[in-house]
Amino acid sequence: MAVKTVMNAAGRKVPLAINGQPAIPFRGVGKHRPSGVKYSPPIPTCADFPSDGNKVVGSLEDALRKCGLKSGMTISTHHHLRDGDLISNRIFEIASGMGVKDLVWFPSASFPCNDPVIRYLSDGTINRIEGSMNGPLGRFVSEGGMKGTAVLRSHGGRVQAIQDGEVKIDIAVLAAPSADAFGNARGTGGSSSCGVIGYGKPDSMYATKVIVVTDNLVDFPCCPMEIEGNYVDCVVVVDKIGVPEKIVSGTTEITKSPDRILIAELTASFLEKTGILQDGVTMQAGAGGTSLAIAVFVHEILKRNGWKSKFGFGGSTKYMVKMLEEGQMGCILDAQAFDLDAVRSVETNPCHIPYPVFNAYNYHSKGNLTSMMDIMILGATEVDLGFNGNVVTHSDGYLLHGIGGWQNCLHARNVILPLPLFRDRIPVIVDEVTTLCGPGELIDVIITERSIAINPLRKDLVRRVKGSGLPIVTIRELKEEAERICGRPEKPEFDDRIVAAIKWVDGTVIDVVRKLKIQKG
Amino acid sequence: MNSRIATAGNAGPKVRSDCQITIELKPKGGISLDIKSKVKSIYGKSIRTLCLEMLEYFAIRNALVSVDDSGALPVVIMARIEAAVKKITSTGLVFLPEMSKDNLYSTEHDWMRFSRLYLPGNTPGLMINAGLHSARGIILDLEDSVAPDKKEEARLLVRNALRQLDFRGAERMVRINQGETGLKDLEAVIPQNVNMVLIPKCESAEQVRRFDDHIAKISKAMKLKKRVFLMPIIETALGIENCFTIASASPSVVAAAIGLEDLTADMGVQRTAEGTESLYARARLVMAAKAAGIQAIDSVFSDVSDLDTLRKVVIQSKALGFEGMGCIHPRQIRIINEGYAPDSTEIDKACRIDIAFREASEKGLGVVALGTKMIDAPVVTRARRTIETAVRLGLLPDNWRESSPK
Repeated sequence: MAVKTVMNAAGRKVPLAINGQPAIPFRGVGKHRPSGVKYSPPIPTCADFPSDGNKVVGSLEDALRKCGLKSGMTISTHHHLRDGDLISNRIFEIASGMGVKDLVWFPSASFPCNDPVIRYLSDGTINRIEGSMNGPLGRFVSEGGMKGTAVLRSHGGRVQAIQDGEVKIDIAVLAAPSADAFGNARGTGGSSSCGVIGYGKPDSMYATKVIVVTDNLVDFPCCPMEIEGNYVDCVVVVDKIGVPEKIVSGTTEITKSPDRILIAELTASFLEKTGILQDGVTMQAGAGGTSLAIAVFVHEILKRNGWKSKFGFGGSTKYMVKMLEEGQMGCILDAQAFDLDAVRSVETNPCHIPYPVFNAYNYHSKGNLTSMMDIMILGATEVDLGFNGNVVTHSDGYLLHGIGGWQNCLHARNVILPLPLFRDRIPVIVDEVTTLCGPGELIDVIITERSIAINPLRKDLVRRVKGSGLPIVTIRELKEEAERICGRPEKPEFDDRIVAAIKWVDGTVIDVVRKLKIQKG
Repeated sequence: MNSRIATAGNAGPKVRSDCQITIELKPKGGISLDIKSKVKSIYGKSIRTLCLEMLEYFAIRNALVSVDDSGALPVVIMARIEAAVKKITSTGLVFLPEMSKDNLYSTEHDWMRFSRLYLPGNTPGLMINAGLHSARGIILDLEDSVAPDKKEEARLLVRNALRQLDFRGAERMVRINQGETGLKDLEAVIPQNVNMVLIPKCESAEQVRRFDDHIAKISKAMKLKKRVFLMPIIETALGIENCFTIASASPSVVAAAIGLEDLTADMGVQRTAEGTESLYARARLVMAAKAAGIQAIDSVFSDVSDLDTLRKVVIQSKALGFEGMGCIHPRQIRIINEGYAPDSTEIDKACRIDIAFREASEKGLGVVALGTKMIDAPVVTRARRTIETAVRLGLLPDNWRESSPK
C-alpha cells in the first residue's frame, strides 16, 4: 500500500502517517511548537493493592497475565542490562506461548542478545519495534522482514514520545538489580548491578501497568528509589535478570588502532588549540574506543594546565571516573554506567550522581542539559557536504545502529565528530547522507585521521584555528580525498516500502529508511 | 600454469581490505562472474566493470570468476586479478594502475632514517593508512613476512601499492627476497619510483653489486633517471665480518642495517633486551658504516607492547652511533623518532648556526663564525637539516626565527 509522502524541511520525503497514526514532518530545528497537555495514565487506587505493600507475584508470566497482556499492546523495557539482558526476550517467549499477537516492543535500546526476537517478529507475536535496531535485527528490518514500520527515536525523543502521548505504554517491564516487594528499585546491588536504571523512570510514570523484575529482593525501602514503588503494579523475583560480564559493555577499552589513536590525538589537540578546552569546561564523550582515547588525552591536557572540568555527563567510564578521582572533574552526572569502575563509582562516590535522561535529554521540557555542555564528542556512520549526520544506517543502506542520545547531544555548544575518513573502503564523508538523523547546522567539526573540516557556520572556530598548524580543509576536500582513495560510491537501491521512520527530538519525522533491493550476482 | 583453476589474495572472517579472486578457465560459455562483497551495494558495479575490463585485457574469454571481497581498494583488486590470471596463463602483459603524481618524490643520500615501518607485502589492510604515522620510511616487505607460495601475488600487490598508495613523504622502500626471487622483485618494483631497496641476509659485496647492477640494467632499459638507494641488512656472523666491504660495495649503499633476530640465531645465543650478546656486532657495524660514510641502522624491537624498554633501547642505540631503527608497529614510531631526533641542545646549536650564517651573508662576510668556532658549508647544511627535521617533528615552531632571541 502506497503511503502519502511529503517533502519535509530537510528536503526528505516522509510519510504523513506511520503505522496508522498521523505523523508530523520535520519543520526545522526548534520550529515545531507542541500544544495540548501531557499524557496521563489511568488513575489507580490503593484499594486494588495489598495493604502490606507486598506486590510479589509468582512469575513473569503471572505478572503479564495480571497486567492483562493481550494482542496489540505496547510493551516497554529499558536497556541498562545491555548485552546481558535476560528479561526482554523472555517477555515475548511468554507472549508467543500465550498466543498473543501484534505487540509493539518499545525498548530504550536493543543489543545483540535481543536477536532472538527475530523469531517473534517472524511468527507475528511482535508487529514492530520502536527503538534501536542493531546487527542481525537491523538487517532483518532493512530487508523488509518486519510487519510494521520501525520507529527510531533518540533517548530524549523516547521520553518526549512517552510524555506527549505519542507512544502509550500498556505494560512496562523494568528489570532492576535491586528492588523491594513494594516495587521501589535501583540500579545497584546484587549480582547484576548496572549502576543506574534511569531510562526506566519515564516508563514507570507513564505506563498503564508496571512490572519490576529483580534477582535481588531487598527489605523495604530499597534506596535510592530510582523507580518508585507507587508506580509499580507487581514485582517478580527471578534467578537472574542479566549476565554480569555482558552488562558491562565490552566497548569501554581504549582503541588499539593506531589510526583511531591518531584521530583522538588530533581531536584533543584541536580542543586545546581552539581554546574550547579550558578551565571549567563541561563535556561528554561516549564509550567508543576513540572517545575513550580522547578522554585520556583531554585528562592529560587538564592536568598539564592545572584545569578542572566543572562536570562531565555520562555514560560514564573508568576514564571519566579517573578524572573525578584525581581531581580534574568536579562531578559526574550519569545516565548510564558503562563499566565496572563506573558502577563502583556510582555506588560509592557522592560526586557521581545518577541523572535520568528524563532531566537531561527531553526536548519538550523546560531546558535541556545538553545545550549547557561545552564539548560533545559524537560518532556517525556518515556525514555529508552539508555537515548532516547519519547514525542509523551505513552507506550500504542497512540499519545497523540506534540513535542513542546522539540527536539530543547535538544541542551542545561544540559538537565534534572524530571519524575515520573511510571504513573498509566505505567513505564516511559523502555527497548526501543515506539517512538524515541530525541537521548539519548543529554539527560543528569533523576530525579525521587525515584532516579536519569546520562547519563554515562556525566562523569563530574558523578564525581560531588560523596559524594553529592544524590540518584544516573543507568538507568537500575531505570527501574528495575519501573518494580518491576508495572510489566514488554508487547509491544503494531501495524499494518504495518504508521500513523505519526516524524521529527528530521534537517528535517530527526527519527521515525514513526504505527496504533495500538485494543485488544478485 | 597448467592448472585450469587458480586463486589469489586472502579471504576469511578476520581479513579486511583484501579480496580473493578465483578463476576457473572453461572451454566455452563466456565469463561468469560471481561477486561477494561487503561493499557490494556501493561498489558492486565498479568491481564488476573492473573485473570484466581486466579479463578482456588478459584475453580471458571463458571462465568462472568469483570475487570474495572484504572492502579491497581497486589497486588491490587489480593486483589480485592479475595474480590469479598469471597462475593459469602465460602472459607478458601487465595491468598497471595509474601512477599517482604524489608518489614521484625522491629522498636524498643522508635522509634522516630514524624510523622505518615494516609492512607485510601481502596484507593490504595494513598498507592503506601506513603513511599517516610519521615513519621516516615505509618498507613493503616481500621477504620474511610473505609465505613462499604468496611471493608472486605479493610482488604485484606491492607494485600496485607503490603506484597508488600515499605514504605521505616517507622514504619508499621495498625489502626484496634473496637470490633469483630478489631479481624478479626488482623488475616489478624498480619502475615504481622506489627510493630504497633493502637487501636481506647480506653477506658479501658481490651480493650488493649483483642487485645494484640489476637495478642499473632495469633503469637503463626503462629510461629511469632517479637513483635507487640500497640498504643491506646484515644478519649473519659472516655478514658482520664482511660489513665494511658490504658498506662500501657501491655508491648506492647509503645505510647498513643489522638484523638481530637472525644474527643471534646464527650465533646460537638468546637475544636479550640489554643486547650484550650483540654488542660487538653492533659496534662493528656502526664502525664499518661510518668508515664507509653511510648510516648505521639498528634492528627492530620485537615486543610491541613494551614501549618503556623500547625507549631505553633507542637511547642506547643512539649512543652507540646508530641513526635509526626498524618498527614493526605504528605505535613504536613516535618513540623511535623522538629518540633519534636531535635533542634540544642540538636544535639550539643548529638554530644559532643558521642565524649566524644568515647574518654573515647579509653583511657580505665570507667567513662565518659562531663564538670562537668557524662554520663551513657542510656544518650549515647539517644545521639546516636538523632545523627542518625539528620543525617537521614539531620540536621547533616553523616561525622559530621570529620567536628566537638573536
